[in-house]
Amino acid sequence: METIKLQEIFDAKIEKGDTIEPKDWMPENYRKTLIRQISQHAHSEIVGMLPEGNWITRAPSLRRKMVLLAKVQDEGGHGLYLYSAAETMGISRDEMIDQLHSGKAKYSSIFNYPTLSWADIGAIGWLVDGAAIMNQVMLQRTSYGPYARAMVRICKEESFHQRQGYEIMTVLAKGTPEQKELAQDALNRFWWPSLMMLGPTDKESPNTEQSVKWKIKRETNDEVRQKFVDRTVPQADILGLKIPDKDLKWNEAKNGYDFGEANWEEFFNVVKGNGPCNKERLSARVKAHENGAWVREAAAAYAARESKRGNNGN
Amino acid sequence: MEKQLFNYLLRLADSSLILGHRLSEWCGHGPVLEEDIALTNIALDFVGRTNSLYEYAGKVEGKGRTEDDLAYLRTEREFFNNLLSEQPNGDYAQTILRQYLTDAFEIHFYEALTKSKDETLAGIAAKSLKEIQYHLRHSSSWMLRLGDGTKESNTRLQNSLNEIYRFTGSLFETDENDSVLIAGGIVPELTGIQQQWQKDVDTMLEKAMLNKPENVWMQKGCLQGKHTENLGYILAEMQSLHRAYPGVNW
Repeated sequence: METIKLQEIFDAKIEKGDTIEPKDWMPENYRKTLIRQISQHAHSEIVGMLPEGNWITRAPSLRRKMVLLAKVQDEGGHGLYLYSAAETMGISRDEMIDQLHSGKAKYSSIFNYPTLSWADIGAIGWLVDGAAIMNQVMLQRTSYGPYARAMVRICKEESFHQRQGYEIMTVLAKGTPEQKELAQDALNRFWWPSLMMLGPTDKESPNTEQSVKWKIKRETNDEVRQKFVDRTVPQADILGLKIPDKDLKWNEAKNGYDFGEANWEEFFNVVKGNGPCNKERLSARVKAHENGAWVREAAAAYAARESKRGNNGN
Repeated sequence: MEKQLFNYLLRLADSSLILGHRLSEWCGHGPVLEEDIALTNIALDFVGRTNSLYEYAGKVEGKGRTEDDLAYLRTEREFFNNLLSEQPNGDYAQTILRQYLTDAFEIHFYEALTKSKDETLAGIAAKSLKEIQYHLRHSSSWMLRLGDGTKESNTRLQNSLNEIYRFTGSLFETDENDSVLIAGGIVPELTGIQQQWQKDVDTMLEKAMLNKPENVWMQKGCLQGKHTENLGYILAEMQSLHRAYPGVNW
């Protein structure tokens, strides 16, 4: 069939709200955009294991240790489904990992901030997972089928993580004055990075318009950010914690909060590699990959020998 | 018999906690994503088992100590974990080997423990046994991949074996504390289990093309709280936050 005709079929599907499936024809840019977005999402899950993993060995109770282990394990699982979803578009996991390690592919800017206290584990669950869910709920209806279906599963686990994070914050905020201080300090450090992780403002976001047209994204960055603020401010109030934004106030007319401008210069610097932990995060991933090379080679050699012997390699 | 049972529960829980801690150190740093997930999952099983054992130990002791009191507020000389569990992760070969040697012991030990006349202990053992079956499948398959993989992987596994085999005797340490419990049918006798373990391990080493170290002097002392220097650092890290804010809720 001619490309023009194929394009018409594709456009009609998008218009109608049908999903695009791996074997369907799709414009090259649609494919590229999705590979970029899904792989970035997968990398974020994997790199995100590091700041949280940082507190597993020091978790303050056995129950918290178990919950955190389970959470970080979930993140690894999300990474796996997302890599698989991206692979349906004709890129291998190895290629995606190489792109991460070379710096060509990005991951969420938020994970370039350090986890300095236990309260940061609460703040990440509450704010970072909370912000991520805003995006992910929308992505359950994204136009690419495998991505949408991966998101349905991921959303269930993420909202569980968000509640656990909020529960950590609740216990700290209702605890001793020192504990409450830990909670406030974590909120102070993670508030703005959480707003920024939802992406640049609409006028600075070159990909948004096309993505909305293709129904990859259903809402713009600024719309999602507004929803996140509106949902999170009352939660901070319940905790008795103060959002570090002097411009924050309720706006009756728009039935939402007005809030201050994030430090976008910081955001673009973090994305460029100048965040507090960019070097550490990337070098931890590269080191794990390099140190694992002999293990992967051994597994491949064994599997090849087993298949010659007529076994399935397990 | 409460005192002896309490001691015994601590020994089991401590070994489980310390090995779980070591495994959790891999989280985010595994050689391939699937293994990162598997090791984290196994670490979670160990910490979960620890939690049940300490909870029960606290009840048996009857002084109101919680599972966290037992995990976070004892010092090196009050821990009774086997010496193998506290050995460093080393490379992936050392982690897999340490895990296999432990799993090969636990599969027989916990199976015997499911027959305990103490119902709570038998229940914990039954739940653990299901997990251990999976752990053993995982570590055995990696013993073969690494042993019969490349020259490098075989050499690494052999070096690890030469390094840590001397701590395996610590899996079978026993003292007069245990005899009362064995006589009461609460815990199994270890001689038969050690023989089964040795037989399984010898078979595995052969399949994985490894040479069993000869004339090894076994390091022991865990039942008296005599450890390698590794344990102090594990506890320093694990307990630091809990001890920094005494008596608060988390």
